[in-house]
Parts: sequence; structure tokens; C-alpha cells
Amino acid sequence: MLRKGIALAAFGLTVLAAPAALANAGAAPVREAEFSFDGPLGTFDQAQLQRGYKIYREVCSSCHSMNLLSFRNLGEKGGPFYDPEVKNPNDNPFVKSIAKDYQINDIDSETGDVVQRPGTPADRFPNPFPNEAAARASNGGALPPDLSVISKARHHGAHYIYSLLTGFKEPPAGLKISANQYYNPWFPGDLTSAWSGDPAHVPAGGLIAMAPPLAADKVTYDDGTPSTVENQAKDVAAFLTWASEPTATARKQFGLAAMIYLLIFSGLLYASYRRIWRNVAH
Amino acid sequence: MSGHSNYEPKTGFEKWLDVRLPIVRLAYDSVVDFPTPKNLNYWYTFGGILAVCLGIQLVTGIVLAMHYVPHVDYAFASVEGIMRDVNYGWLIRYMHANGASMFFIAVYIHMFRGLYYGSYKAPREVLWILGCVIYLLMMATAFMGYVLPWGQMSFHGAVVITNLFGALPIVGESLTTWLWGGFAVDNPTLNRFFSLHYLLPFMIAGVVGLHIWALHVPGNNNPTGVNVKSKEDTVPFHPYYTVKDGFAISVFLILFATFVFFNPNALGHADNYIPANPLVTPAHIVPEWYFLPFYAILRAVPDKLMGVLLMFGAIATLFVLPWLDTSKVRSMRYRPTAKLYFLIFVLACLVLGYCGGQLPDNHVIPGLSTFKLIDADLNSFVWLSRIATLYYFSYFLILLPILGLTETPLPQPESISEPVLSHPASTPAGATAAPEKKG
Repeated sequence: MLRKGIALAAFGLTVLAAPAALANAGAAPVREAEFSFDGPLGTFDQAQLQRGYKIYREVCSSCHSMNLLSFRNLGEKGGPFYDPEVKNPNDNPFVKSIAKDYQINDIDSETGDVVQRPGTPADRFPNPFPNEAAARASNGGALPPDLSVISKARHHGAHYIYSLLTGFKEPPAGLKISANQYYNPWFPGDLTSAWSGDPAHVPAGGLIAMAPPLAADKVTYDDGTPSTVENQAKDVAAFLTWASEPTATARKQFGLAAMIYLLIFSGLLYASYRRIWRNVAH
Repeated sequence: MSGHSNYEPKTGFEKWLDVRLPIVRLAYDSVVDFPTPKNLNYWYTFGGILAVCLGIQLVTGIVLAMHYVPHVDYAFASVEGIMRDVNYGWLIRYMHANGASMFFIAVYIHMFRGLYYGSYKAPREVLWILGCVIYLLMMATAFMGYVLPWGQMSFHGAVVITNLFGALPIVGESLTTWLWGGFAVDNPTLNRFFSLHYLLPFMIAGVVGLHIWALHVPGNNNPTGVNVKSKEDTVPFHPYYTVKDGFAISVFLILFATFVFFNPNALGHADNYIPANPLVTPAHIVPEWYFLPFYAILRAVPDKLMGVLLMFGAIATLFVLPWLDTSKVRSMRYRPTAKLYFLIFVLACLVLGYCGGQLPDNHVIPGLSTFKLIDADLNSFVWLSRIATLYYFSYFLILLPILGLTETPLPQPESISEPVLSHPASTPAGATAAPEKKG
């Protein structure tokens, strides 16, 4: 009976997974990259997170905000600049110097004037644009999405980001593209109306307002990793995945302990059950 | 809760309390001494599992409410703030979000178990109806809870569902405006949904109390469907079912933990991590998985009002089920024909759930595109939903009423103890009393 129950549950879960099939309609199937954090016990590679942060800082952050992140997050346990020696991430020297490089809008408490001051670890990542209209005006009418939870907000998370960033292609002949638009087979969309070729073979993907952001050697890696587009895409995807859920590693470690506990507890309960019921025909 | 009580207060305090508020007696009679059929299988453990689910949702929910901000400008960020800056906030929130799914998995199994073993038949009609009330309250609570993070699916799901009431004639528009607290889903809607999302679980807890009371008057049904005849047929609830339910709960928690710790977003939708934007509609608005069968029924009907009525009718039918099933035999163990139709019914529900997650016009079998009859493309999810919807209603409204009159049931055992038991005792019968004191 128990086996039947498990089989039923497994079947039920297969059915539950069905909505995921709707994901990224019209886009090419994601390219699976190998990430250290994949799988139930995978953890982040700190060196990769540092490289990924550098790409965000030097490339992405000129258009994309990360409103939910503070500089201190970078020095928290599992973060790119976590140092086990430093108990309080606000005291982390890397984090302090990163924050100091930013000018943060503030109000002078004496005069009430709007002033700018150097950032502290407690400050949020500043927004590259003062408001949405300004962001759209600078990006051909498109709004660069906030990247705080981008990895959770897209099906296939890091793999999608990696596919998109490495996926810019010359548009196939017959695809009408206006200025400030770029063809990407991994960007969800429907190209039927822009396609003048064979209607049975509309190209996969969509048109994105972001120009291909990465290029070989665009960012200088400090640790000797070759600065290829592939590596840059992987590293920034890893950083964005960490940023989407900085507690993911803690979650997995807690989960391992919880599973071991529950398995032992279930075993003990089953033994008690067998023993208590031993004299009852049922 | 009812009937004869074997409780004997032992200490002075218990005696003093027993003549003033016999609460210890109530607990003793309900969860210690309560005579329970000894042949309950694992499908009967889901009642206990559901109680645990409700407890988890209440505790995690109360803590979440301490940190959540019910305002359209702050709701999304406050939920992410819980994930990032509240100690173990990720655990509390993921338990609550996945807990809703676990609650529904358990309640669906619990309901199918009731359907199969005829647990809704006399004298348990009120028990069944109270269960249906709990199910309705759960659906309302879950729907409003899903709106609270104020992501894209939250917002547009709320728009779709509240608009359903607009299909009602005459009162529809006023009713929708009243639900919204304005002329669109906006801050007042979020505020009242939060308020009601906090209130309804306590109403559920209240009806659960009634549900257990209504269970303890006639006592448990059992897989044979045969009434308890003598003391030989029962065992005291404790320790026999506390340990069996406890084991089942622990196994269920393993499934729960698998989602919470290793795949916490698998049952949600990625779009709900995009902050709500009324101006951008997601490509596909899909409800949470537990609503998909009803969503499929809704979309199976071309007319909006009829679709809404049919969807609510699918639940309303459950309320009158005790009077639709004409069979005197409770358990489908002894109803081979009904058993077959029941299995098809389960399949139809799963098919409806699957269809609810697909685009109506998509092909069921991808390669096959010419399966047309008159103007209808039968190879589409909308048609598959229609067939499954037809079966759903036929099962309750045609099959169950007729089967009870026409079928020939298998002979039922005289008593619970009579049939050849799947797990015979390892020592002779009669040695059943208080095994916990032996060995």
C-alpha cells in the first residue's frame, strides 16, 4: 500500500511539473552549462562569484539595477567576498572599499540639502537611473529589468541567463529588425509578424533591446581565468543566481541535516509501529 | 467527544478540573481511548497529515505576517526581505509556500480515499459536508495567499479569478467592484486579501474541530465499509494509530522537505518573481497546480457564465454526493464495477489537471494535426478537457446513482475481523491488550 502511495505521489508530481512546459514559449531550448551550484547539494564557487560580480559591476550595472541587494550582502556567508575571519560583513574590508567607490544620494541632516556621500556596506546598490522614464529614455524605450531575483524569475535560471548572453546571433535573412533591436534565439517571443520567409519555419526566439553585452577581454579577470564570452556569461549567471537567493547554500546544508534526521526518525517510528502492532491482526 | 467515556481522573487536580471543565476527559476520549477500527490502511493516515499541514501553515503564516507589508509598493520587496534578512526567513517562507501545495496533495488523497471507501455515506454525511466546507475555505485561503507576494502571477491571477464573478448576471459588476474595493485589482484588494488570508485559516481550524467531532460520533469508516460490530474490531487510538499516523506524517515530511530544501520553487511559477505590473500581462496566466482541474473545466466551456457555473458546480456536486450515490455498500472493494469507474474518475481528474496547465488550442498528440470532426479539432487540450469534464459530472450525476441500483456487489464480510487479514498477528488473538506494556 505504501509503495502504491509513493507511486501515486510520483505520478502526481509529474503532472504538477506540466506547467513548466509553457516556459519561454517560442524560444530555443536552453543550453545547459555546468554550474557548481547545480544539484541538491551544489554550492557556489567563490572565485566565480567574484568574477561574476566584476562583470555585473563593469558591464550590467550601467543599465540594470539590483534594488534588493546591499553591499553588505557581498560579505555575508556564502557571498563573493565572505571572509570567515570577519564576523560582521559591514566590517569586511573588500565590501567597505567596494561601497566607498559609489556615490550615494543622501540628505544633509543639518541643512536638508540633497548631497552625495561615499557608500557604506549598509547601502543598497544604487540605481543607474533616477526613475523608470529615464531608464527607458536611455534604452530605446525598453526598461532594463532589475536583476535582484532574475535567476528565480526566469525558467531554467542560470542556464537561461547563460544561453541568452552567449546566444546573440546574426538574424536569419527574412527577419525584419528595427533599430535598437537584436535577434536572440533564447529570448522568449513570437517572430511570426517580423518573418517574411517560409511561414512553417519561423525562427525560434525573439527580439531583445539589449545589445550583446559581453565580448572577449571586455572585463579583465584578476585570477588568470581566460576572459572569453563563455566564461563571462557563466560567471555572471553564477553571480546573479547567488544574488537571487543568497541563502541557497544555507538552505541546502540545512536540508541535508533535516533529511538525515527525518530518515532516522521515520525508521524509528516504523520500528515502533511494527512492534506495537505485532499482536494485532489487521 | 461523545458517547461512553472510560476516563478516570487520577490526581487530585484532574478530579477537581473534571467536574468544572472536563477538558482532560475530552482529550483522553478523543485521542487516547477512542476505539478505532483495526484495519485502517495508510490511506487513512492523511487526516493526521492534514492536521500537521494546517499547524505548519498557521505557525509559519503568523511569523510571516510579522514581517510582511500588505502594500502594493512594498509587498514584493518585503517578501524578498523575509528571504534575505529575517533569520531563517527563507525556511519559514518556503515552508509556507510549499506547505500550501503539500496541504492540497494531502487533501486530494484524503478526498479520493473518502470517495473510494464510501466514507460520505450514512451516518457520515455531515462529516463529509464539513470536509467539503474545509476544502472550499482552503481554496479561498490559498488563492488569496498566492496574491500576497504581489508578483506577476499574483496580480494577473487575482484579476482573472475576481473577474469570474463579473460573469454573473445583474450583480456581477457590482460584486466585482465590491470584491476589489475599487475599480481594479489594487491596494485595497491586496489589503483585504491579506486580512482574509489571516482570518480564514482560523475558520478552517474551527471547522476542522467540527469535522473531528462529526468523525467521533459515528466513528471511523474503514476499508471494508462494514460497521464496527464488537470490541474485537477496534483498537484504542493511542498507541496504535498515534504511532501509525506518526510514521506516515514523518514520511510525508520527507516529501515536504525535498521540496522546501532542494526544489523550493518547483511548484511555483517563475513569473511570480517579477513584481506585479498591471500594464504587462504574462504570456500564460496559470493558477497554482491545485486549481488546474477547475481551471480546465472553466476553459472547457465557450460561454463565460456557463464556465463559471460549471466550475463552481464541480465543487457543489461534492456537497450532495451522499444523496447521489444510491449504493448501500460503502466500500468499493465490494463494488467491482464502481471501482472501475472510480479509477477512470481519478484519471479524469488528473487529465483535467494536466489540461489546465496547457494552452487550450495546443495539440495533445503533437504530430497528429488532422484529427477533425465537423469543425472541432479533437486533438486539442480544450476537447480533452471537455471529455474529462463530461466524465467528471457523469460520474457523480449519472454513474453513481444508477450503479447503486444495477450492479451486483461482491459479498461483504460479516465483520471487520472476519476477512483473511493481510497482516496476521504474530501471537494468538486475545493477546492484543496493551502491547506497549509487553516486551
